Order: sequence, then structure tokens, then C-alpha cells
Amino acid sequence: MALLTLTSPHAHGRNSTSRVMMTVTLATVPGLLVTTALFGFGTLVNVVLAVVVAMLAEALVLRIRQRPLGFFLKDYSALLTGVLLGLALPPLAPWWVTVVATAFAIVFGKQLYGGMGNNPFNPAMLGYALVLVSFPVQMTTNWAVSSQMADQPLAGLLDAITTIFSGSGADAFTGATPLDTYKHLISNSTAVELQKLPTFNGWMAGGWEWVNIAYLVGGLFLVYRRIITWHIPVAMLAALSLCSIVLGWDPDMYTPVSLHLFTGATMLGAFFIATDPVSAATTPRGKLIYGAGVGILVYVIRTWGAYPDAVAFGVLLMNLAAPFIDAYTQPRTYGHEKARRGLTSKEAR
Amino acid sequence: MTHMIQLHTFHGGIHPAENKSQSNGTPIRTAPLASELVLPFQQHIGAPAAPCVEVGARVLKGQVIANPQGFVSLPVHAPTSGIVVAIENRAIPHVSGLEEPCIVLRPDGQDEWIAHQSLCAELGVDDITDIEPAQLVHQIRMAGIAGMGGAGFPSAVKLSVKRDEQGQSPIDTLILNGAECEPYITSDDMLMRERAAEVVRGAQILLYILGAKRCLIGVEDNKPEAIAALNAALVQLHEEHHIDVVKIPTKYPSGGEKQLIRILTGLEVPSGGIPAQIGIVCQNVASAAAVHRAVDIGEPLISRITTVTGDAIKHPGNWEVALGTPASHLLQLAGYQPQKQPRVIMGGPMMGFTLPSVDMPLVKTSNCLLAPTAKELPLNDMAMACIRCGMCTEACPVELLPQQLYWFSRSEEFDKAEQHNLFDCIECGACSYVCPSQIPLVQYYRHAKGSIREERAAQKKAEQARERFERRQARQEREAAEKEAKRKARAEAAANSQSAKPAPAAAPTVAASASAPAAAATSETLEKLQKQLTATQTAIAKTKEKLAEAQAALAAGDESQATKITALESGLEKSQTKMKDLAKDIAAEKKALKAAPPAAASTAEGTDKGDPNSPERLKRKWETAQGRLDAAQSRLAEAREQGLDTVAALEEGVRKQQERVDEAKAAWQQAESGAAAPVSTAVAVTESATDKGDPNSPERLKRKWETAQGRLDAAQSRLTEAREQGLDTVAALEEGVRKQQERVNEAKAAWEQASGAQPAATDTPAATVAALAPAVAPAAAEADIAALRSKVLAAQDRVNKAQERLDMAREQNLPTVDALASGVAKQQEKLDQLQQQLAAVTSTAGTH
Repeated sequence: MALLTLTSPHAHGRNSTSRVMMTVTLATVPGLLVTTALFGFGTLVNVVLAVVVAMLAEALVLRIRQRPLGFFLKDYSALLTGVLLGLALPPLAPWWVTVVATAFAIVFGKQLYGGMGNNPFNPAMLGYALVLVSFPVQMTTNWAVSSQMADQPLAGLLDAITTIFSGSGADAFTGATPLDTYKHLISNSTAVELQKLPTFNGWMAGGWEWVNIAYLVGGLFLVYRRIITWHIPVAMLAALSLCSIVLGWDPDMYTPVSLHLFTGATMLGAFFIATDPVSAATTPRGKLIYGAGVGILVYVIRTWGAYPDAVAFGVLLMNLAAPFIDAYTQPRTYGHEKARRGLTSKEAR
Repeated sequence: MTHMIQLHTFHGGIHPAENKSQSNGTPIRTAPLASELVLPFQQHIGAPAAPCVEVGARVLKGQVIANPQGFVSLPVHAPTSGIVVAIENRAIPHVSGLEEPCIVLRPDGQDEWIAHQSLCAELGVDDITDIEPAQLVHQIRMAGIAGMGGAGFPSAVKLSVKRDEQGQSPIDTLILNGAECEPYITSDDMLMRERAAEVVRGAQILLYILGAKRCLIGVEDNKPEAIAALNAALVQLHEEHHIDVVKIPTKYPSGGEKQLIRILTGLEVPSGGIPAQIGIVCQNVASAAAVHRAVDIGEPLISRITTVTGDAIKHPGNWEVALGTPASHLLQLAGYQPQKQPRVIMGGPMMGFTLPSVDMPLVKTSNCLLAPTAKELPLNDMAMACIRCGMCTEACPVELLPQQLYWFSRSEEFDKAEQHNLFDCIECGACSYVCPSQIPLVQYYRHAKGSIREERAAQKKAEQARERFERRQARQEREAAEKEAKRKARAEAAANSQSAKPAPAAAPTVAASASAPAAAATSETLEKLQKQLTATQTAIAKTKEKLAEAQAALAAGDESQATKITALESGLEKSQTKMKDLAKDIAAEKKALKAAPPAAASTAEGTDKGDPNSPERLKRKWETAQGRLDAAQSRLAEAREQGLDTVAALEEGVRKQQERVDEAKAAWQQAESGAAAPVSTAVAVTESATDKGDPNSPERLKRKWETAQGRLDAAQSRLTEAREQGLDTVAALEEGVRKQQERVNEAKAAWEQASGAQPAATDTPAATVAALAPAVAPAAAEADIAALRSKVLAAQDRVNKAQERLDMAREQNLPTVDALASGVAKQQEKLDQLQQQLAAVTSTAGTH
């Protein structure tokens, strides 16, 4: 009787890549819901659009590369890229911005490097950076404003669709983000004065804090489910806070730490974007360094750079350093006195 | 006595479904004997055993049927009485379906034991503490006990610890591994439940053998019955003991030796090291029970408990089964129902291997047969891309970066994989288990390890070949240098005698007949003068050449040459004066030597030229033969060391040479004892006159010195060789060389003294004869000697060349080997003849 011969282990956990991707996608739902509730339907429309484009782009390239379509689409990695881009882009950005960003992310950011697992950069952030550099106006002026600001209406589903696809009526629902506002106005006002602006709504960040809290909840869920580890988010948030407290302690001169942590893409970046496993550092200590690097870069670019937010650039820059960080942060293996450092070539040994 | 044991933890680990309840609900059953038992020679890590029974023999239960070969090896015993029906290659339990030599036994159903008793009874002592630990270790080894947890390392090897001078053992802790962390397997669980006393008794014996302070039995907390049973057995001991049952958290792979050590002690086994280095010895609980049976009953390891489980098994449970039982027999007992895609795993689902066929026998390490359904252990889906999620890193119990190792293994960047501590991987499968992309990670690591090992083996082989080549080259160079040195020495001697000849022409006043004695006496001054003369003559010739050139240049119009010519001319003049002076000195020297009367000529002729059987000749022959024998032996030793295939030929050569040496020695001894009587009077006279009569004559002393020097040289070359090969005889040889050097110095001093006193003695006629005896070196023979020497050298060259060609042919296994060998023999024969002739001639000329 011929028996099956296979190598050990024969038992396998029930985890799968699709499951990982799906869990991450689901963890963004609280953030998406809060965003929709407070800023209107723009983001939801964006997410749907980005997901459709991402899946189509993925399918197209897989077809060209002659890879099995079903097998790869089923891993939901393109879906997740689409979701993350849709969440990151300005809610009322014109449709073609979303299409360009998503298509670029999938085709150039991922598939041209060899597809799933082989991309050195976070594809979503690559797409984001492309449109941010190429279309700065559309990327900075199409941020929806919060429903908590009484003088402006909230974009309904129809409004959002009309605005996104025809470009008309955007002004009615949009404005600068709190980060942008604070950065530009603090040079000739005080913190107390700024707090009274409708953008900040007297408390913190006019709705942005709720969005960030929602992403924080989703992120904690991922940590709990062991999809991600705590290292990158904690290091990134800690580095950002530390920089903000040490370098920007005076709220009359710099954006305060509360705004850094709870506005913009901070929590989305910390838990969903910087933790993209493919392009991040993978060793436990490497993740700490990587996360801290992202946090520092975010602070530096937000404070002294030309762009109001900086998660995309921070992540992309640290992506470059990830392989190097990994090589120098190997853990100490059982039975070894100390950890190995770096890679020496065969000749050097 | 229970102590609080501080538990530690290891990194990572996983919690797969335990699946133990299927098989641990029923007591251990004894499996009926199969119709045929297949016993591989090797059921352990190490060298396979060698069979010591013949086909057709009846063997008894417990009888040794194969003996261990070497330290890391174990015997094989007959699991029941029966007939050996075959000793042949059978498929052994290995994933490859490899066939290895096995003994096939047909049980006769009588199950008749060989006589056996406890070691205490055998030795007539009351308690094992009266037995030397080494004796117990021997008993365990001869009982064939190998680690029964899976690896199968011979237990005796682990137990052979070296104590220091105070009798202190380096082992502090004995760990019994009852963790059984693999899902499904319950054989150790059931053993601990039902035979806890045996395990505890085994622990006591092991503690005594090791001289360890304590024993920790680590059991996962999912086996409360086993823990209770062990504790009950400890209570039953009624005596002071240092054995603790330690409940450890259930986590795979806590039963890995390194992980269990870490859990129980917080210590880590150094990478590439063994637990004994940190004072720990680890044994499986089943091995401990087997130790008890081996020592207290005298039973070897001939059966074990095996779990049969999985959803394709109707009646899962544990069976006590005779080693060598085919898996199919046990599967049938348990009600195996083959699936659509049948799969039988030997071992657990994490580290076990699939059997290629159910005919394979169960061996000492077979703790489980797992026959799962496809639903139960789904076949791996197609692997997806690695997303570097790092879940493997989280799970790895030895803190590797499995994901990095995977990329390096996949791209065959093996050096990087090695740098990421690939060889610390214990292949537990935790990384593969958690991998969301279903990548068979362990398979990649196995592949990488295998490739690296192959690479290393190839490198080692190449290195050895290179070393062998270099040694051979060094030997050839050394031989060539020695030959060259000998040739030079001979040429110089010949030149000296030759240069003495033309002297008469330069100084015609000196009689030709006198020149020979003068040359033979080789006054040192004369030799020096002659050398200077030759040098000056060469200088003159060169200067003359230069002068001629310069003059030609001058003639061609080169004015600048004028001064040069003047300088050359003055130099030439000086040289010529010098030459004349030298010639005068030489003449004077020779005149002084000429004083010797030519009377001795006739005496000398009578020495031993005419008698090839003189003891001297025979002794020399013997010595030469001995020298050749030594050389042959050293060549043989070298060949053996390097495992060359010329060993047999060399051995034959050594044997023949030994015969020759014996013959020569015998001949010499005979001649020596009977020498005095039969020799001619002339010889007798000469000998008595030359050296026999006077043991302190310079000639005798010089010969003594030379012999001593020869021995010193031989000793030194042997020493050099020993040093090169790092033999442990170096020290002894050094001492020998030192002593021989002393002897040489003494002999030299004696000779120098004697020869220094020589001129004073010239007056006495006897001494004169003695001094002049060598002078008779017949001028006629000289030409012969020179001719013979060159012939010998040529012959030697031919022999060497032929030998080299032969070696090459042998190395490449060419069909011309035989022809070349006979060619070498012929050449050697010719050489021997020539050497004999030469020896005959030179001894005539120079024995004195």
C-alpha cells in the first residue's frame, strides 16, 4: 500500500494569509464608521472606489504575469491596500486622484516588484506619496470638515459622490485640517486663541480625535488578535510624543502633543500602515527602532517640512532602512552568549 | 521530599490541539507477537551493530544477536525466542524508505528467556551502591538502551561522566523528560501512570551513576494522572531522596531537551554543546524505566510502549510491543482503516515522519503510530507568499528569525542562513505551524542544512586531498634533496681525489705514486689550498675573458675601456701571483706528506677486497637492508594514515625487506662469530694492524662517530616526521635524539683526539702502517668508482621515475599498473646490483 509521504510538521494552525488580511480590514471598520459619521460619506466612497480599482489592477497584472487569478485575489492583500488608501486620501479628493494612487500602488508598488511579499515599500503609501507630490492642491484642500462645526453642512452620500466625480461643490464641505491650521496660524496667535477656532471646536481637534480613537481601538484589537505586535505602534507613538514634548513643549509656538497624537493619520499610521509586515522591520528590536524612526520622521516633517502630515513619508523612508535594521537586530538565539550583528560576507569571515 | 522549583520559560512555543484523550483512556495492552520480527542493526544514533548469529540459528529471548561496534553503538537483542531466518537488507523506518541490514527473526512462540538476573545478584552484592558506576553504565550499554523519546542516542554515552580527582561528578542535575509535548502521543503518559515505580527506581539508579545532587522529572500539566502516580511512587520510597516531580505548563515544544532544561533550571545548553557542559544530563522517562529493568532484572531493551492513534484507527491506545514488530501488525491490532489518501506517521504530528510503507518495523525510538484522516490533519494547501508577518519569529522556541532563514534558504544564500544560526534550529515545526502562508518552512531548513553539510564534506575532502598532495610533494622534495646532497658529497670526494691527480703535473717533483697517499690522507690544509687554487684559477680565467672583451672594445674605438683594461691587468697579475704562491704552498704540503713510505701497498691489497663475506661487508649489507626496511615502513605508515590503496603493495614490500634484513643479519652474525679463523693472514695482519688490534685507532673512532652520526640523522628524520604528523611519540623521539647527539659528540671528540695525536705516532712502524693503510686506495679503482656511481645514480633516477609513474597509474586505477610494477621491480634489481658493485668497490677503497 503506497502511503503519502510528507515532511513534518503534519499539523497546521488554522491561520491563513487571507484571514490576516481580512482581520486587518475589519479592524479599520470602527475608524471608517466614525469618519463617515463625523465627516460625511466622502471616505466611504473613496474606500469603495479604491478597493474596486485595486482589485481590478491586481487582476490585470496577474493576468499579464500569467498567475492564477483566484488564488492571489483571494489573499485579500489588494483589498486591504485599497481600503487603507481610501481611508488615507482626503475624503473629497477627485476620483482620478484615488484611481491614480491605487493603480500606482498595486501595479508599481507591489506587482512590479514580484507581487505579494516582495515589495520593499508599503504600496498604499507609495500611491499616496505619488499623488501628494503630483497633485498637492487636490491633496490638501479636499479634506472634509467635521459635522461638529456648526456653520458647514455634512456631505451626504449623494453630495459626496457628486463632489468626488464632478468636482463641483467641494468648497461647501471642505477645509484645511487641524494640523495644517495650527501649524500656519500659531506663528501669529496663541494656543488659547486657536482653541476657539471652529476647526478645533474648543476642545481638541474638531472630530479628528474620535477618528483616531476609533483607529486606536481597531489597532488594539489587532494586537489582541496577535495579527500585529505592540512594538511598532508603541515605538512610533512614544517617539512622536517624546519629540513633541521635548522639542515642542510650548503650545504657543508648536503643535501640542495632543494634536500630534490624535489628529491626522497618526493612529491609522501607527497601527495599520507602519505595521505592514512586508515592508517593515521584522525582528522584535528592529520593530522598535523602525517604529521610533517613523515617529521621529513624522514629527520632523510635520513641524519643519512643507507637508501638513507626514505618515506616508515617514513610513517610506523607514522602509528603506528596514533590511539594514533587521540585519543588525537579530535576537540572541538559545545557547548563544550574545546576538549576532549584521551580515558579513563570506570573504570577510 | 518535594521542593519548590522555580520555573522558567522559553521563548515562543505554540499550543496545538493536544488530541491525547483518544489514546490515554485505555490501559497499556501487550501486543501479541507478529509472525516475523525485523531488527535493524542500527536503532540508535551511532555506529550500527554487527550481527553475531547465523541464519538458521535458534536464539533465546534477550540474547544478543548483534554486537556494538565502537563507543557510540549498541547491541541488538532478540525480542523473543525463535529462528534467525535471514540477515538481509530491509526497509527501515525512515522517511526515505532506505534499506539497511536487518536480522529477521521468526518467533517460535515459546518466548523462552535467556538466563538473566539482576546485576546485584550477578555480582553478589546487596545494593547497587556497592557497584562501580562504570559497571552499571556497561550494563545499561549492553542492555541496548537508547533514548526512547525520539532521537535514540545511546544512554550509556550520556552516562559516562568523568569525575575529578576528588570523585566529584560534574553533573549536578538529572532531568527525566516526561513532558511529552507532541500532540497525540501518550506512551510516556501511560508509562508514568502505570509504571511510575519503575521510572522512579530508574531515576535512583541514574542518580547514583551520575553522582548528581538531584533529579527533576518534568511533566506537562496536561498529565495530572501521571504526576499523581509519580508522586505516589516517591512517597513509597520511604527513604531520603532528591527526586522531584515538576509540573510544567503545557506548551509545545517543552519536551525538547533544550527547552525542558531551560524551563526547569533557567540554564541554556551552549550552542553546539551538550547538557553535560552545564552539569545536566537529560533522559526520557521510558529510558529510565528501561534502566531499572536492565539493572534490577537484567532484561535488555526488547520492547517498548507505542501509541497507535488518529481518526483512521478504530481502537486507539497504547501497546507494549516487541521491537522489530512491523507497523502493519500493530495497525491491524488497533483497527486501522486506510483512507483515500493513506498516511501513517511514525512519531507525532509535529516532528514525526510519514512511513513510506506499513511493513517497516518498530524500533527503540518508535513512540507513536499516527494514522490521521484528511479532515483531522488537513494536507497543506498550496503555500502562499511570505508576507514577513513575523509570526514564526514569535513562535520560534530558540529565538531564530525563521522568516529570514526561509528567504536565505530559498535563495540558497547558505552563508547568510548559517549566520542567522540555522544550525540552532531544532526542526520543531512551530514556525510552519503558525505560518499563515502555509509555507513548509522546516523543509527549507532541512534542505539548507543538508546542502551546507554536503558542501562542508566536499570541502573537507578537497582539503584532505590537498594535504596529501602536499605531503607527497614534500616527501619527494626531501628525497630529491637528500639524493642531491649525497651526490654532491660523492662528487666532492671524487673531485678531491681527481684534483690530487693533476697535482703531479703542477709539481712534477712529487712522485705520482706518492700523490695517492697524499690525497687519501686529505690533510685539511692541503684541501683548503687546493680549493683556493681552483677558485683563483677560475678568477683568472674570468678576468682574462673580460680583458679580451675590453681590448676588443678598445680596438673598436671605445676609449673609456682603457682604464678598465689597466685595472683588469693589475687584477690578473695579482691573481696569478696568488696562484703561484698557492701552488708553492701545495707543493710544500705535499712534500711533507710524501715522507710516508710506500710500503703499505701490498698490505692494503690484502684487506677485504677479495672477500665479499667479511664481517664488515656483511654488517654494512645488513645495515643498508635495515635502512631500506625503515624507509619502507615509514612509507607504509604514511600510506595507512592517508588510506591510500598502495598499502597492500607496501606491506608486501616491507615483508620482503624484513626477510632480507633477517638474512643479512644472520649472515653477519655468523661471519662475525667465525671471522677470526678462516681469513687470510694478510687480512688478519691488516686488520690487527689497522683497527682490530687497536679499538682506539682514529679509523675505528671515526667509523664509530660516523655510525653514531648516521643513527642521529635517522632519529632526527623520524622526529621531524613525527612532528609533522603530530604523533604523540614526539617527546620520546626528542629524548632519543638528544641522547644520540651526546653519543655523536663523544665519538667525535674521541676521534678528534685520536687523530690529533696521530702525527706524534708516525714514528712507530705499526702506527705508520695504520696511517698508511688507507693510502692504498687504488688509483685504478677510482675511475671505476666514479663510473659506477654515475651508473647507480642513473639507475636510481630510473627507479624513481618508474615508481612515480606506477604511483600515478595506481592513483588513477590505470590498467598499466601491473606492467609498471614489474618494470619498477626490474629497475630496482638493476639498481641493487649496481649498488652492490659500488659497495664492493668503495669498501675496498675506503673501508680503512
